[in-house]
Amino acid sequence: MSQSDIEPPQLYAAREPIFPRRVHGWFRNLKWIIMAVTLGIYYVTPWIRWDRGPNLPDQAVLVDLANRRFFFFWIEIWPHEFYFVAGLLVMAGLGLFLFTSALGRVWCGYTCPQTVWTDLFILTERWVDGDRNARIRLWNAPWSAQKIRLRLTKWAIWLVIAVMTGGAWIFYFTDAPTLLRNLFTGQAHPVAYITMAVMTATTFVFGGFAREQICIYACPWPRIQAAMMDEDTLTVAYRDWRGEPRGKIAKGEATRSDGGTKGDCIDCMACVNVCPMGIDIRDGQQMECITCALCIDACDDVMAKIGKPRGLIDYMALKDETAERAGEKPKPVIRHILRPRTLLYFTLWSGIGIALVVALFMRSPFDLNVTPVRNPLYVTMSDGALRNTYVLRLRNKQGAAHDFRISVTGPDGAAPEGAVLQLEGIESTVLSVPADTTHSQRVYLTAAPGSTLAEGGQAELTLWVEDTSDGVKSHIETVFHGKGEQ
Amino acid sequence: MADEKDEHTSPQNPDNRIELERVAADKKHEAQIAANPPEGPDGEPLHKPGSTRVVRDRKGARIVVEVPSTGHSWDGIEEYDNPLPRWWLWTFYATVVWAVIYMLLYPAIPLVTRATQGLLGTNNRAEVAADIQRFAEANAPVQAKLVDTPLDQIAADPELANYTANAGGAIFRTWCAQCHGSGAGGATGYPSLLDNDWLWGGTLEDVYTTVQHGIRDPKDGDTRYSEMPRFGTDALLDRTQISQVVNHVLELAGKPHDPALAVEGVQVFADNCASCHGEDATGDRAQGAPNLTDAVWLYGSDPATITRIVHDGPFGVMPAWSGRLSEADIRAVATYVHGLGGGE
Repeated sequence: MSQSDIEPPQLYAAREPIFPRRVHGWFRNLKWIIMAVTLGIYYVTPWIRWDRGPNLPDQAVLVDLANRRFFFFWIEIWPHEFYFVAGLLVMAGLGLFLFTSALGRVWCGYTCPQTVWTDLFILTERWVDGDRNARIRLWNAPWSAQKIRLRLTKWAIWLVIAVMTGGAWIFYFTDAPTLLRNLFTGQAHPVAYITMAVMTATTFVFGGFAREQICIYACPWPRIQAAMMDEDTLTVAYRDWRGEPRGKIAKGEATRSDGGTKGDCIDCMACVNVCPMGIDIRDGQQMECITCALCIDACDDVMAKIGKPRGLIDYMALKDETAERAGEKPKPVIRHILRPRTLLYFTLWSGIGIALVVALFMRSPFDLNVTPVRNPLYVTMSDGALRNTYVLRLRNKQGAAHDFRISVTGPDGAAPEGAVLQLEGIESTVLSVPADTTHSQRVYLTAAPGSTLAEGGQAELTLWVEDTSDGVKSHIETVFHGKGEQ
Repeated sequence: MADEKDEHTSPQNPDNRIELERVAADKKHEAQIAANPPEGPDGEPLHKPGSTRVVRDRKGARIVVEVPSTGHSWDGIEEYDNPLPRWWLWTFYATVVWAVIYMLLYPAIPLVTRATQGLLGTNNRAEVAADIQRFAEANAPVQAKLVDTPLDQIAADPELANYTANAGGAIFRTWCAQCHGSGAGGATGYPSLLDNDWLWGGTLEDVYTTVQHGIRDPKDGDTRYSEMPRFGTDALLDRTQISQVVNHVLELAGKPHDPALAVEGVQVFADNCASCHGEDATGDRAQGAPNLTDAVWLYGSDPATITRIVHDGPFGVMPAWSGRLSEADIRAVATYVHGLGGGE
C-alpha cells in the first residue's frame, strides 16, 4: 500500500463536547473527599499563622523570593540549602513512579490539579445547567435569553473560582493579609496582578473549556506512564469475557455471570456517559483514560439494578485479566502492590526522605564557609612573619544577633604554634553577626618567623566558630600556605 | 515497485537485496499471511486500540469512525493519522499573528547597513545607557554621604563599609591592579599593599593622600616626592664604597654578608644614607625612605639587586588620581586598600 492509495484524511477536528453524567458511588465519594482536602489545603495554607518571633514573617508557609527564604512552619530554608527542594523533587518523581507502577494513573484520576479543578467546574456546570441530558439540550438549543442567562451565570461562577485560584497562588509568596488588602486598594505589585491574571486565565480556560484536551494533547504524563506500568499494575478495565456479547437481556435471563451465553453488559452506555474524557472503557485500555474510576461506580450501580455481581468494570491488572479469562482466581490486590519493583521504589523514596529529615535536624543554626585568599598565597610582614588571609562567610540563621568566637587548630587539635589569628577591623576574635544575615569577614592568620607553619608547605588547619551565647560549635577545614611550598 | 531507475528500489543496487527478498517472500505467502493474523499472548487476535475514533452527532450520540493508517508500521505498531485538534491550528495562527506584530514593533529584519528599527524605537544601547544612569543615580546618595563623612568614620558606618568594600574593590581591580596585582600583593618594584610595611605611611589618611596625589607624579604639584641619589652612575661613591655599604645593609637585614666590608660600610652609610634612611636604617616615611632592617624588600634583598639600586638609584612613580577618579571613588578605593590587612 502506498501513500496515494489512502483517501486524504481530515487534517483538523473540532473538539467533541463531553457532557459527563452525575454518578454516585464509592469512588465518586473518594474523589469528593480528595477534592475537598486538596482544595482546602491549597486555599487555606497561606492563611495559617506561625509565630517566629520578631523580624521574621509569621506566615506558616511562605516562599519569600525578595529575601530568598522559604518558610515551612518551623523549618526555614536558605538558598544554599536548595538541595532540600531538589530532594523533595526527586521524592516527588520517585513517588510518581511508585504510585504508577502499583496503581496506574492514580495521580491523573484523583489528585492532578487539572482533574480536581475540572471536576469542580463540572460540578458548578451541573448546578447551573442541570445534568447531562439538560446540558446536551442546552448545547443544541439556539441562543435565547434563557441560554444567555445560564451561560453568563456559569461563566461568572467559573471566573470567581479562577480568580480565587490565581489569588490563592500569590498569597504563598508574600504576607497574605497585607497582600489581600493591597490587592483591593490597588497597591499590590504589578507582578502580583499579572501572576494572578495569568493563573485566572489558565484556570478559567483549562477547567472550563480545554478540560480533557490538556490531558490528551498538552500533558506529557499520559505518554510517559505507559512505560511505568506493567502486567501487575492495577488499572481500570472492562471484563469483556464477562460482558460480551453485550446487548439487551430479558428480566431474569441468564448471562455469563450465572451460566448463560449472553454477556452481562446490557450496553446501557452508563460507563460512557459518566466519562469525563469521553471514551468507552469497553474499547480497552486507552491513552485518554485517566483512571478516575467513575465508570466503575456507574456500572456497579447498573449491575446492582439488574441483579448481577458488581465489577464488570473494575480495577484490574493485566495478569488478572489473563488469569480470569482462563477461569483462574486473580491475585489478591496486596500482591499486586507489594512486589520487588514497588518495594524498590518505596525503599529509594523513603531512603531519600529519611536522609532529608536527618539532614534537616542536623542543620546548625549558623553556617560557615571559608575561602583562603590565594592571590597572593601569603604576605611577608615586616618582621618576617608569614600571613595567610581567609574570607569567612558566617550565616547567622537565628532571629537575634549573636557573637561568635573564631579560633583555629592544627591537625593535632591544638592551636598551631606561633600563629596569631586576627579579624579585619576588630580588636578581639569575637565577631558579632546581626540576626538573619550573612556576614563576610577577612580573617588573618600570621605565623611567626621561623615557625613550622611559616617555613613548611601547605598545612591542614581547622577553623572553629563558637556561638558565645550557647557554646554551639561548628568547624570547617582549610589550609595554610607556607614559604616551603614554592 | 521495483523501478530500475530509482536507486532505492532498483534490483541492481545490492543494498536493496534484503528488502526486495522480503517483499517477494511476503507476496509469495500472501494467502497464508492473511489467513493467520498476528496473535496476542493469549491466542486472541491482537486488539488494536485507537484504530477507531469517536465523534458525536448534533444530538451528542456517539459515532465511531475508522481512523486511517499512514501506512507506517514498525514491529506491528501502526501509525494512525488522527486529525489535529482545531484549537491547535488556531494557536498556530495566533503565534503567526504574534510574530508579525513583534516584527512591526521591534528591530527584526536585517538589511544591508542596519536592521529594521520597529515602531517602538527599541534601542539596546540606549537601554544600557539608561541602566548605567539608573545605577549612577541609585549610588549618588551613598557617594555623597561618603564624601561628607570624615575618613576615620567610614568603617564604622555599615552602609559605607559595605559600599567601599564592593565599589572600592571594583575601582582597585580597574585602575590599580595593573601594577599592584588584582589581589594587591604587589610585584618587584610595586609595593604589596597587604603587609604592614608602608613607604609613605599606612594610615587611612596617608593612603588617601597617596591615591589623590600619587608618588613622583610630575603633573601633580602636591605629589609625594623624594629622590635617592644615583651613587654609582653619578660617581658619588666608588665601587669599593658601594660594595662596603651594600654589605653593611645586608648585615642590618640579617642576611649573609662579608663582615670585613660591612665594618667599612658603617661610615659610608652614616655619611651618605643615614640622612634619609635614618641612623638606625629604619627609614623615614616623610621621604618615602624604606626601612632597611625589616623583611620586606621592594626590589629584592639579594646583593646584586641592592648593589644595582645603590648604583642606579630607584625612581618609582605612581600616578595621581585626583583628576581621574571622583572624590567618592578615591575615598572608596583608599578605604578598600586600608582594609586589606596592612592598614594602620
